[in-house]
Amino acid sequence: MQSSLGTPTLPAILFFLSIVALTLVVTYWAARRTKSAAEFFAAGRSVSPFQNGLALAGDYMSAASFLGITGLVALSGYDGMIYATGWLVGWPALMFLIAEPLRNLGKFTFADVVAFRLRQTPVRIAAAFGGILTLLFYTIAQMVGAGNLVMLMFGIPYNQAVIIVGGVMLAYVLFGGMIATTWVQIIKAVLLLFGVTVLSVLVLSEFHFSIGALYRAVAVRYGEAALQPGGLVTDPIEAISLGLALMFGLLGLPHILMRFYTVPDSRSARLSVVYATGFIGYFYLIIPIVGFGASALVGREVIIAMDRGGNMAAPLIAELLGGTPFLGFIAAVAFATILAVVAGLTLAGASALSHDIFLHVIRKGVATEAEQVRVARLATVVFGIVAVLLGVAFKGQNVAFMVGLAFAVAASANFPPLLLSIVWRRFTTAGAVASIVTGAVLSVGLIVLSPTVMVDLFHAPSAIVPLRNPAIVSMAAAFLAGIVVSLLKAEPRADALFRDEKVRVYLGVGAE
Amino acid sequence: MNHPDITAVLESPAFKRLVARRWRASMLLTFVLFVVYYGFILLVATNKPLLSMRVGDGTLGIVLGVMVILLSWVITAAYVIWANRHYDPEVRRLRDQIR
Repeated sequence: MQSSLGTPTLPAILFFLSIVALTLVVTYWAARRTKSAAEFFAAGRSVSPFQNGLALAGDYMSAASFLGITGLVALSGYDGMIYATGWLVGWPALMFLIAEPLRNLGKFTFADVVAFRLRQTPVRIAAAFGGILTLLFYTIAQMVGAGNLVMLMFGIPYNQAVIIVGGVMLAYVLFGGMIATTWVQIIKAVLLLFGVTVLSVLVLSEFHFSIGALYRAVAVRYGEAALQPGGLVTDPIEAISLGLALMFGLLGLPHILMRFYTVPDSRSARLSVVYATGFIGYFYLIIPIVGFGASALVGREVIIAMDRGGNMAAPLIAELLGGTPFLGFIAAVAFATILAVVAGLTLAGASALSHDIFLHVIRKGVATEAEQVRVARLATVVFGIVAVLLGVAFKGQNVAFMVGLAFAVAASANFPPLLLSIVWRRFTTAGAVASIVTGAVLSVGLIVLSPTVMVDLFHAPSAIVPLRNPAIVSMAAAFLAGIVVSLLKAEPRADALFRDEKVRVYLGVGAE
Repeated sequence: MNHPDITAVLESPAFKRLVARRWRASMLLTFVLFVVYYGFILLVATNKPLLSMRVGDGTLGIVLGVMVILLSWVITAAYVIWANRHYDPEVRRLRDQIR
C-alpha cells in the first residue's frame, strides 16, 4: 500500500491549521474571562456537568489510547481489548469513592483535600511531590509520543515537533487558564469521538455492517488466535496488580481530579462522571473495531513496516478507507489529542506549584488574588518549559512504561492518603506524609528494579524484582504506612476537625 | 463552624444514617465493580481455553470484555439514580435544618 503518511499533505495541513486556529480563538475569548485564581484554575466553577464530562474524556483519552490501543488490537488482536477495559474501570470507582467528597472539600488541587484538617506545610509539600511526580512521568510519555507521532505523520523533525506542541499548549494554559483548557479538551473529545465513529462505520461498511464478518476476516487472515487471549496477561498476580494501577491510578491523577473543581457543586461532579464514563466507554467499545479493521484490511505487515509499535494502524486504515483528506483529519485529531492532554497536565502542575507550594507553604495561605494569578502563570511557564526539555531529553527512548509508572505512582502515592483523609477520623499529618513517601518510593523503586526497566531497557539478564506491575505491593504498603503511622501518635486537632470535614463532605456546607 | 445547629445535625440519627447509607451504596457498587473487573482479568490470566470458546463469530473473551464496559455504565448509572432519588433529598433536608 502506498501511503502519504510522513509527508505533509494539503488536507493534513489545513485540518491542523484549522484546529490550532479554532483553539487559539477560544483561548483569546477565554483569556478575557480569566482574571481571578478561581477562573484560572477552576474556570470560575461554571462548567456544566455535560461539558465537564466531555472535557474529562478529552483530558483522559490520550494519543496512547487512540493510536496505541488501535495498534495493539491490530497487531495482537484480543490482548488489546484487555487494555481497553482496564482504562475504563477506574471511572465507576472514581464516582463511588472520590468525586463528591473531592468537590466538596477542595478548592483547586487534590492536596486541598488531604490537607483539609492536617498541618499544611508537611502535607502540602508531600502531596505536591506525589502529584508532580505523577505529572512528570505522564508528561514524558506524552511529549515523547507527541514528537514521534508528529514526526511520523507530518514529517516534522522530532525536536521541532516537541517545541510546537509545547508552544501551542503553553499559549492555551498561560492566557486562557482552565477556561481555555476546558474548551480545548471539549473540542478534542468531540473531534476524537467523531473521527473514531466515522472510522468504525467505514470499517464495518466493508463487512456489510456485520461485526461477525469482521471477526471472520481477521480469523481467516491471522488465525483464531487473534480473537483469543494471548500472552499479555498470564500471571494472576501481575494481572491484579496491573488492574489495581489502572483502576486506582485514575483516582490519583492530579489533572483529572482538578477538573472536578470546575463544576458548581458535588451533584454536578457526580453527573460529570456519568457523562465521562459514557463517552470514554463508548470510545473503548468501538476502538477495537478500528484495530481489527486495520488488521483485516491493511494487514499487520504493512502496519509494522510503518511503525514497529503499531501506532500507525489508525492513520493507515483511515487513509485506506477515506483517502488522503480523511488521513489528514485523523492526523490532525491525533495532534489535538496530545495538545489537550498536555495542557491539562501543565495546568495541574502549575496548580501544585503555585497553590500548594507558593500559597500554602511559602506564604502560609496569605497572598493577594493578583499575586496568586501571577505566580500561577509563572508556574505554567516553568512546567511548560520543563515538559519541552523532558521531551527533548528522552528523545529516542522507549517511554511506553512511563504511563504505567504514572498510574502506579498515582495509585500508590496520591490515592491512599486522599481516601484515608476522607473516610478516617484518626488519619494524621505524619500518617499522610508516610503514606505518600512510601507509595512514591516503592512504586518508582520497584519499577526501576523490575524486568520492565532492568531487562527491557538495560538488557540485564534478569531483574531484582520479578513483578512488572508494582501497585499490588506499593499501594498496599502506602495504605499500611498511613494507618500504622497515624495509630502510633494521635493528632487531636485533626481528630476534632473531622466534624467540620463531615459537614462539608456529606452536606456540602461551606464548600467552595 | 460551632453553630449549635451543626452539632445537632451531626449528632442526629438522620445524619448518621445518611453517611452510613452513602458508604453502603458505594461499597456495594465498588464490590460489584471488583467482582466484574478482577473476575474478568483473572479469567484471562488463568482460563484461556474458556475465553477462547467461540460465541457466534467472536469469542467468549470478546463478549466478556464488552460486558465489563457495559456493566461499568450500568453501575455508574445505578449510583447516580440512587443518589438523585435518595441521597440528595435527605442532604437538602438536613442542610435546611442548619440554616
